[in-house]
Amino acid sequence: MTAGTGSPKRFREASRTALNNERLQRAMNRLQSGFGEARAQAIADLPEFDALRDLARQRKDFTLRHLPQYLAAFEQAVRRAGGRVHWAKTPQEANRIVRGLCQEYDCRHVVKSKSMVGEEMRLADYLLGWGADVIETDLGEYILQLRQEKPSHIIAPATHLNRDDIAETFQATHGEDGQQGKAAEGLVQEARHRLRQKFKQAEMAITGANFLVAETGTVVLVTNEGNADLGVTLAPHHVVVSSIEKVVPTLKDAFLFLRLLARSATGQDISTYTSLYTGRRRDGATDGPETFDVVLLDGGRSDLLDSEFEEILHCIRCGACLNHCPVYAGAGGHAYGSIYPGPMGAVLAPALNDGTVHRELSQASTFCGKCEEVCPVRIPLPKLMRYWREKSFGDHQSPFTERVMLRGWAWLCRHPHLYRSVIRLMSSLLRRLSHGGWITSLPGLGRAWTQDRDMPAPPAKTFFEEWEDKR
Amino acid sequence: MPQSSTSKKSAAGLWVTCLVNLFRPSVAWAVVRLLNQAGIDVIVPKHQTCCGQPSYNGGDRSNARRAARQVIRQFERLDYMVVPSGSCAAMIRKHYPELLKEDRDWSARANNLAAKCYELTEFLNHVAGYDGTQVSSLKATYHDSCSGLRELNLKTAPRDLLGRVRGLELVEMRDAERCCGFGGAFCLKYPELSNDMVSRKIRNIMDSGAECVIAGDLGCLMTLEGKLHRLGHRIRGYHIAEILAGMEGDA
Ligand code: SF4
Repeated sequence: MTAGTGSPKRFREASRTALNNERLQRAMNRLQSGFGEARAQAIADLPEFDALRDLARQRKDFTLRHLPQYLAAFEQAVRRAGGRVHWAKTPQEANRIVRGLCQEYDCRHVVKSKSMVGEEMRLADYLLGWGADVIETDLGEYILQLRQEKPSHIIAPATHLNRDDIAETFQATHGEDGQQGKAAEGLVQEARHRLRQKFKQAEMAITGANFLVAETGTVVLVTNEGNADLGVTLAPHHVVVSSIEKVVPTLKDAFLFLRLLARSATGQDISTYTSLYTGRRRDGATDGPETFDVVLLDGGRSDLLDSEFEEILHCIRCGACLNHCPVYAGAGGHAYGSIYPGPMGAVLAPALNDGTVHRELSQASTFCGKCEEVCPVRIPLPKLMRYWREKSFGDHQSPFTERVMLRGWAWLCRHPHLYRSVIRLMSSLLRRLSHGGWITSLPGLGRAWTQDRDMPAPPAKTFFEEWEDKR
Repeated sequence: MPQSSTSKKSAAGLWVTCLVNLFRPSVAWAVVRLLNQAGIDVIVPKHQTCCGQPSYNGGDRSNARRAARQVIRQFERLDYMVVPSGSCAAMIRKHYPELLKEDRDWSARANNLAAKCYELTEFLNHVAGYDGTQVSSLKATYHDSCSGLRELNLKTAPRDLLGRVRGLELVEMRDAERCCGFGGAFCLKYPELSNDMVSRKIRNIMDSGAECVIAGDLGCLMTLEGKLHRLGHRIRGYHIAEILAGMEGDA
């Protein structure tokens, strides 16, 4: 599926297709009930969860207020550990930096591990286009690479696929090796077999980062498969791609966030693999990469500091807001047409594109508030989505008819007598369209309502008429 | 607690939501009855229209501010403001102070109104007192409306009150807290997603074995009832005020 503009119409079309895709719907139900229940259990088992959230929020606020200092400290610490930090304003710049590193170290075979920032940069495509051999090594990402698809979830990228989809993909692309049938175990073996060869060849391992620790220059990465570790252990060159807001002051902070992250994401106490990478191989040591480079992408984030959207920089990419969002449940991740889907994506994506393209995703919310309720760092996602709506309304980006109707309604509401007459008129029109107390088909805007449900007919008099009669 | 007989009888302004006024006046009458039973005078300010939610959520902040000032002017002098809707109550309690916080005079007035504005069930539970009523045997399930639940924390108040209704058996449905898909303009902009959400809700209502579904917001209630009717189910929908006032027979 391709990315689009994210206009209400586009999202509506895309979600309609998704709603008709039974496999996808089953996958989404599984995801939401599985992760939802796991999170609820994990939280019930940790009485201090809410206190941790408050602390995490404070630490995030504090760090963002001093972001340049902590980034500078991180760079210093990385240098002390024998590594380098490279700064990129835009995804394009970040890609060029990675390519430069490939050239400098003479690397053509790259194993890459899951990273949303990598997705934001479209790094794999870029390097492939340049002539490198890049392979995604996390199972989900690997499958998507074979299918030439984008992730549909920030921590479970191939959650929209089921075992049959994967078996089909492997059969179509693995040729001779694709003999393992449809059992999950067999499919994993098959992918592992393929990937082993790539790991052996690899000269460079590219990973993402969950946290960057300013105090020590450590890069913290959590995964559930451990392939990132394998890549970093085998390849002589390690390149980390990350974004600037992932910096935290101390290791202690990183562990605070880790506790919240795993529980919010998958309901685990801690992720299966939590790796800490600090610098390059020490002199005299026998393992670790020979070089260690961190590419830090801004990508529009520093513009969010001190703006009404600043709080989205608190996000630790746990995916809880996706796992609990009733809109995401129906639409699936691809319908958003942005790298980051769901509620956090509706807030973050438009900021990263520094344009208006994904702004309209903020319309696709009932403001039910479930995302805010589950967010481990208490990001007020509905409030931030409302700010995007305000921007769209203010810049005349929202549809013309909608703006006219909103203004018209507001004007009417300021004229109570007129308001009452219009409501009376509406009431009698609606009654005329009804049969047996119900309206089953409405014209115009109302059609959207009666497409799938009926509307009760209004009674003969409005409350205000009845109230006046009584006086 | 109910006012003691020595003190002056208090007066509550009734907020009649747009949907209640047009589609279900019985909800407002139920509130009148409930407040009178608690010994409270009901005043219905004449010039009330809409609380401004459509403007606010549609991104039109300046018109939302105007609506807020209009509402404040009409209700600020009364002892209480009672609102039979979690989302309108949240608008007044949570969002008016936020909307007007930069305006020195209006900020204080917004906070003052917010402090005496109550959603119906919290008013009955914490201020007015509610003696309960009798209904002819009814097995009901309660849908938690999003704004009331998450912005006003209305989880126990409605259930406490329903617990005082004799003859009513409350059964919890699965995912009672999940959104019904109304969401104001959302249901008109994304009807397919909205339908997906309400369909899940209907399945859970059916599975609960309840004969009726109760909600505190008319938007949710119309969504649920409209879908139930389209599907040909006999399950009815009630606003919680109607049940508490013992009006389930004539609604
Ligand atoms: S916004 Fe909150 S819930 Fe959503 S991914 Fe980020 S941290 Fe997790």
